[in-house]
Amino acid sequence: MFEPATAPETVSPLFGRLSLSSIPYHEPILVATFAGVALGGLLVLGLLTKFRLWGPLWRDWFTSIDHKKIGIMYMVLGLVMLLRGFADALMMRAQQAVAFGDNPGFLPPHHYDQVFTAHGVIMIFFVAMPFITGLMNYVVPLQIGARDVAFPFLNNFSFWMTTAGSVLVMLSLFIGEFARTGWLAYPPLSDIVHSPDTGVDYYIWALQIAGIGTTLSGINLLVTIIKMRAPGMHLMRMPVFTWTSLCSNVLIVASFPVLTAALAMLTLDRYLGTHFFTNDFGGNPMMYINLIWIWGHPEVYILILPLFGVYSEVVATYSGKRLFGYSSMVYATVCITILSYLVWLHHFFTMGSGASVNSFFGITTMIISIPTGAKIFNWLFTMYRGRIRLEVPMLWTLGFMVTFTVGGMTGVLLAVPPADFVLHNSLFLIAHFHNVIIGGVVFGVFAAMTYWFPKAFGFRLDEFWGRMAFWLWLAGYWFAFTPLYVLGLMGVTRRMNHFDDLSLQPYFIVAAFGALLIAAGIGSFLMCLFVSFRKREQLRDVTGDPWHGRTLEWSTSSPPPEYNFAFTPVVHDTDAWWDMKQLGFQRPQSGFLPIHMPKNTAAGILLAGISLVFGFAMIWHIWWLVVVTFAAAVISAIVHTFNYNRDYNIPADVVARTEAARTQQLVSTHV
Amino acid sequence: MSETVPMNPDGDLTVVPPVFLDLKGHHHPENGTLLGFWIYLMSDCLIFACLFAAYGVLGRNYAGGPSGAELFELPLVAVNTGLLLLSSITYGFGMVSMQSGRKGGVLAWLAITGLLGAGFIGIELYEFTHLIAEGAGPQRSAFLTSFFSLVGTHGLHVTFGIVWLLVLMTQVTRFGLTPANRRRLFCLSMFWHFLDVVWVGVFTFVYLMGMLP
Amino acid sequence: MNHPAELHADHGHDDHGSHGDAQVHFSVRGYLVGFLLSVVLTAIPFWLVMAKVIPSSTGAAVAVLLIALVQILVHMVFFLHLDAKSQGGWNMLALIFTLVLVVIMLAGSLWVMHHMNANMMPMPMSPHEMRNMP
Repeated sequence: MFEPATAPETVSPLFGRLSLSSIPYHEPILVATFAGVALGGLLVLGLLTKFRLWGPLWRDWFTSIDHKKIGIMYMVLGLVMLLRGFADALMMRAQQAVAFGDNPGFLPPHHYDQVFTAHGVIMIFFVAMPFITGLMNYVVPLQIGARDVAFPFLNNFSFWMTTAGSVLVMLSLFIGEFARTGWLAYPPLSDIVHSPDTGVDYYIWALQIAGIGTTLSGINLLVTIIKMRAPGMHLMRMPVFTWTSLCSNVLIVASFPVLTAALAMLTLDRYLGTHFFTNDFGGNPMMYINLIWIWGHPEVYILILPLFGVYSEVVATYSGKRLFGYSSMVYATVCITILSYLVWLHHFFTMGSGASVNSFFGITTMIISIPTGAKIFNWLFTMYRGRIRLEVPMLWTLGFMVTFTVGGMTGVLLAVPPADFVLHNSLFLIAHFHNVIIGGVVFGVFAAMTYWFPKAFGFRLDEFWGRMAFWLWLAGYWFAFTPLYVLGLMGVTRRMNHFDDLSLQPYFIVAAFGALLIAAGIGSFLMCLFVSFRKREQLRDVTGDPWHGRTLEWSTSSPPPEYNFAFTPVVHDTDAWWDMKQLGFQRPQSGFLPIHMPKNTAAGILLAGISLVFGFAMIWHIWWLVVVTFAAAVISAIVHTFNYNRDYNIPADVVARTEAARTQQLVSTHV
Repeated sequence: MSETVPMNPDGDLTVVPPVFLDLKGHHHPENGTLLGFWIYLMSDCLIFACLFAAYGVLGRNYAGGPSGAELFELPLVAVNTGLLLLSSITYGFGMVSMQSGRKGGVLAWLAITGLLGAGFIGIELYEFTHLIAEGAGPQRSAFLTSFFSLVGTHGLHVTFGIVWLLVLMTQVTRFGLTPANRRRLFCLSMFWHFLDVVWVGVFTFVYLMGMLP
Repeated sequence: MNHPAELHADHGHDDHGSHGDAQVHFSVRGYLVGFLLSVVLTAIPFWLVMAKVIPSSTGAAVAVLLIALVQILVHMVFFLHLDAKSQGGWNMLALIFTLVLVVIMLAGSLWVMHHMNANMMPMPMSPHEMRNMP
């Protein structure tokens, strides 16, 4: 049943509907969380102050327009939000393991609904998206032989907008409430009548603000790949990761506007009483679902394509072989990109569009699995007769191949409309998408982090803890979600906080055990980071090419200099670095030129900060603040455009010194 | 894989390693601003497409209230269309001036464009307030919701364009027709013409087809 | 080295980047032709609707939409200077891709929503009538 607002809202001109009662003093879980966050936060702030890191943090990181720094910051954001999103997962597993019959568990529906909504929103928008954006940001310019992305300032701005969105979501824990609608906030549940409180507004503004960042980032990377490739790097000589990044960013630019529009329409309904998605006055809630999934399906391909690229790089590198079927990989990726716009209705077969519509979309959904299948074969053929090294990224890749394939198959099963009528919104669906997202995206992110970590930080990750993390994640995933496949086939519905049928409990207990294994996996990865940092001298990478890589990023030092390449590479083949190594490439010792680089700027973090306050003001109906922040944002943006002096030169002798130091380092490893 | 094998003057075959680095520093990545802006316009096109789709789906849901045929004043829409179309070529004349390096010409044509744009917005605001006063505001029905959102979003874009135009006029006055300013003028020109293209869609799909039974 | 460092700094990326737009030629004639064509292509549909020239409303709708498409093409060519060569063909590719998506989204949404509305809007019907639903 719909729960009405708990108490009439107190509204004041100064604070809008924000008041002391917005703070959840009476919810012990939240109070405890806040205490933990406050203590942890104070500790971090204290340490930063003690080691005088504020200056370097501001100068070298927060205001940096360097794609490498921004890429790392995205990964940090993703990791932090992974912990929050996973905490939500643990709570759900715990609740569903105990809440049977007379036992209501510890999460009433009012709270449980926020937990599963936050879990979905955070994992998709604030974990997976930052991870892939971070990877693409760090790696693509290096792979194409460029010195930065096309619009370095916009890059910084995009990062801070994504962070602003995350901050809004985190704030909803302690001030007000989050949405209780599920991660896509369908009306009529999300309309102003049925969700009058701040929950859906937090959702809307977090996503709109982060969405601006994502769309701009998509444009940025697209122009970078199109315009800034090294001479000789034709499209069909680009590394496969760059190809998949290109296609993923095409999808970002082509789909996020739809999300923007759909959420804007929902916003108008909630704030101005319009009738896009209302049940009365001619509105049509089904239109929201139609629009949101026109975005939603490409979104999942946005998430997976870069990781397909990662797997291609990893398999080729650790098999010591050129990737099998480069052209077919490219065509498969492009096919997936286009086809992803023709399948969206499979997310709502049961909404009633009838047999002809359902059949069309069912068939297109089955067709789209074919290019992905082709990719799997290409990876296998690459490994065949290769000299395989089972380094940690390769383990993640093998885990992916086994896990993701099963998930893909259950997807094809769901693509059959009559089957979907039984399985829609059951735990089978939940198991399917976690299967492909964890097996595909998460495993790929860990593979990528392990693979490129030495490039970014100059030392490898500890092998033991890396393997621990992998095995715990792999076992944990299978224990956590196989029971859900079974439960779904038996008819159990998603998003339930309590069950009456006690015979289901053993399955949920196994699933909870799986979640604990994954928790240990995450813990192992954090341990891995910590231990590797402590042992960094032993794990040091001095060559810049610890894995005998094939693509241009491995031609730079680890970490690369600020300018990436002293001289722009000239490319003659795919696997450009491998080509250079085979044909006797020699490092130049002199003749260095000054290098033109963009300057750091605080404009990005400032604008994003203003946007954050704007979002907060809109959520809480603090109208004077809305006007002030909107004006401030417009004025700041205009003032920023008056700054024409955005570049500087790195003098030739600085370049020469940096390069000489690296030559020395390389020579010393050969002694 | 490697380049063709050249002969040295003695006629022997010599294997010359291919050039792997741009040692002369000739390569400069092309400026990506125009392409980037065009791609942004494509994404904006998709936002409008969603609004058109919503209008297509909801545009006949009158909820017992007034329909387009009862509300639209086509002569006024024709005037508005004329203003916007005219503003497109006045901006175009501004670009011709930019090409010849005539700063004064650029500023004059931009000013006229801005005035025409302001006229467009003025008429639209008049139309909106009139409709709201008659009880035909965006909250009256799904038809009116989608009408106000589509036409209103277009109007907001035009307003933003006028603000940008004023800022750019200031920047051209102060700094002249520098390469950066020329790029910005080009971007605004793409934006302005794009808004005219969307308006063709609006007056056709909303106003003209809305009059048909 | 080809040029001294200071000159190099002044150029930046700006001049080298103008290869793309240097190919676009703005002419008064081009804009005037585009304007006149647009005026004609605007006047005709307004006249068709206001004077109720075409009796069938579907016919009128089709006529008006087709003329709009032509006018959009005129704007693209004469005002936006769209051609297959600008930005190495990427502008055209981006436009075509966007148009394909717009068509899919519009046609798809209308098709899907029409079916949804027909099936899901409550109306009293006999089982026999239900069998003929889409």
